[in-house]
Amino acid sequence: MAEAVLRVEDLAARFDGRTIFEHVSFEVRRGEVFVILGGSGSGKSTLLKHIIGLYPPAEGRVEILGEAMEGLSGEARNALLRRIGVMWQSGALFGSLTLAENVEVPLERHTDLPPEARALVARAKLGLVGLADAAGRLPAEISGGMAKRAGIARAMALDPPILFLDEPSAGLDPITSAGLDALIKQLARDLGTTFVVVTHELQSILAIGDRCIMLDKAARGMIAEGDPRRLREESDNPVVRAFFRREVLD
Amino acid sequence: MPATLAATADGSAAPLAFAGSLDAAATARLWPEAMRRMQGVRALTLDLAGLTGLDTAGAVLLLRLERMAGETAWRGLPTGPLQAVLDRTRQALAAPAPAEAPRLPPLALLGQTTVRRGQDMLGQVAFLGEAVVAGMGTLRRPWRLRLGEVLRHLDEAGLRAFGLTLLLGVLIGVILAFQSSIPMRRFGAEIFIPNLVGISLLRELGPLMAAVILAGRTGSAFAAELGTMVVNEEIDALRIMGIDPVAWLVLPRLLAAILVMPVLALLMDLAGLVGMAGVMASLGFPPVSVVNQLRRAIGLHDLLGGLFKAAVFGLSIGLVGCRAGLSAGRGPRAVGDAATMAVVGGIVSIVMLDGVFSILFFRLGW
Repeated sequence: MAEAVLRVEDLAARFDGRTIFEHVSFEVRRGEVFVILGGSGSGKSTLLKHIIGLYPPAEGRVEILGEAMEGLSGEARNALLRRIGVMWQSGALFGSLTLAENVEVPLERHTDLPPEARALVARAKLGLVGLADAAGRLPAEISGGMAKRAGIARAMALDPPILFLDEPSAGLDPITSAGLDALIKQLARDLGTTFVVVTHELQSILAIGDRCIMLDKAARGMIAEGDPRRLREESDNPVVRAFFRREVLD
Repeated sequence: MPATLAATADGSAAPLAFAGSLDAAATARLWPEAMRRMQGVRALTLDLAGLTGLDTAGAVLLLRLERMAGETAWRGLPTGPLQAVLDRTRQALAAPAPAEAPRLPPLALLGQTTVRRGQDMLGQVAFLGEAVVAGMGTLRRPWRLRLGEVLRHLDEAGLRAFGLTLLLGVLIGVILAFQSSIPMRRFGAEIFIPNLVGISLLRELGPLMAAVILAGRTGSAFAAELGTMVVNEEIDALRIMGIDPVAWLVLPRLLAAILVMPVLALLMDLAGLVGMAGVMASLGFPPVSVVNQLRRAIGLHDLLGGLFKAAVFGLSIGLVGCRAGLSAGRGPRAVGDAATMAVVGGIVSIVMLDGVFSILFFRLGW
C-alpha cells in the first residue's frame, strides 16, 4: 500500500460556536484520487480550507506530506505550501495577468528559473490542459471552463505531489467535464500526482474517485468512507443511497 | 541527489550527461551552463542514464536543448513517471503557440488612437442623448423616478463631502489671500485682497474645486459601482427584464450630481471667504472692511454664474462616471480602469467646459 500523503485526524470546524463538522478523520495515499463529497452546505469547501491551512481547526490535526500544518509558521509553512497546489472553484486567476503570466507567478516567486524557462514551463502547463493557444488571453476573455483549466495549470506550475481541486467540474458542460476528469486520472496514473477533489458532481465522483468520504450537513461530519462505486451499491445509509441514486429523502 | 551536468568523453559529438534529480531548482542552476555548452552545437547526445528525478522545468530544459541542436541522440531515456513527464511536456509544447497580433506602425497607431478618441467623444454625446431621452420619459411619468436612489446619492455625493469641501475651501481661501498679499503689499493695495479672492472663488475656483472633489469622490464611485454591476452581469439582467439601465441607474445619479454640485460650490465659496477673512484679520483688517470690499466687488450674477457652472459640471462628471462604468469590460481590472477613466475624464471635461464658459461669459459681458 502506498504511503499516506495526507492525514486528517479528528478534525472539527466551528464558527461563532456553530459546528460545521467534527470528528472527521481520513488518510489519502500517494497517487490516489480522493474525493470529498457531500450535499450543498455540508462543509466540503470548509474542510478543504481547513486542510490547506486557511482556517485553523477548532480541534484535531492535519498532516500533509508528513508535516503537521498547525505547528508550522513562516518559511517552514511556505515551504510546505509550495509542495501543494490548489485549484479554486472559480479558478481565482489574477485578472490583470494573462493565462501564461498567471502560471508563471509561482515559478517566478519560488524558483530561480530564467524567464525563457519560466515561459516554456507555463506554455507546457497550459498545453497540458489544452490552453496553449489561449496563453496570451486575460481571464476576463475566457470561459468558465477555460478558467478552471487555467487554474489547474497554475496549481501544477511547481509540479506539486499533491493537488487540491475545489469543484473542478461544477458549471461545466459534460464534454469539458469529462475531459477534465480524464486529465485528472491521467496525471494521477502517469505522474503519480495525488488529487484531493471536492465535488458533488456524481458522474465525476464515479469517474475519477479511487476513494471518497461523504460529509452530511445534518450529521455535522462524515457519514461514509470508501470506494464511491461500492458505496453506491452497498451503503445502508439512507443519505448516501439518496445521494448516489438521486432520490428524494423522506 | 541534486542534478549534475557533465560533458562525457566517449567520442560522440557534444555529449551532455545529466545525473540526479532534475527539478526546478536544479534546472535554474544548470540552465545557463547548458545554454553555454550549446553554443554552435549542431549534433547533441543527451545522456540521461544517471537521471533519478524529473519535473516539468527539467523536461523543458531537455527539450530546449533538443530544439537548439539540429540533431539529438538520446541515451538512457528514463522510463515510468520520468518518461511520462518528458512525453507530456513534449506533447504540451508541441501545441501551437497563440498567434501574436501584428504590431502597427507608429502612424497607424496614431490614427487608431485618434479614431478611438473620436469614437469615445461621439459615444459620450450619444450617452448624453440617451440620458436626455430617459429624462424626458421620467418627466412624463415622474413616479418612475427612483427617489430613494436620488436621496442616497445626494447623501453620498453631497452630505458626506461637506467636511472635505469646507476644509479645502478654507485652505484655498487662506492660500489665495496670503499669495496675493505679497505683491499687493508692495503697492499698499492689501485692502483689495477680498476683491481678488472673492471674484476668483465665486466665478472660478469655487465651482472648479468642488467639481474636482466630486470627480474624485463620486465620479469614480459611480464608475466602480456600475462597472461591478457590468462584471456581475446585473446590467444584462436589467436589459433582459426590459428595464433601461440609463433610466434605472444613470438618471438618479445624474440628478444627484446636478443638485449637489451648486451646494458644494457654495460651501467652497463660503469656506474660502472665511479663510480669506482670517488672513485679512491677521493683516489688521477688521471683518467689516472685508465685507464692504466684497459687497463692492462681487454681485449676485457672479455667484449665480458660478453656481450654474457648478450644476453643468455636476452633469458632466455624472455622465462621464456613469458611462465609464457602463462601458467597463469584464474582470476586476476593468472596474479599476473605469474608475480611473471617470476621474481623468471628469476633470478634463470640467476644465474644457470651464474654458467654454469663460469665453461665453466674456462675450456676454458677465
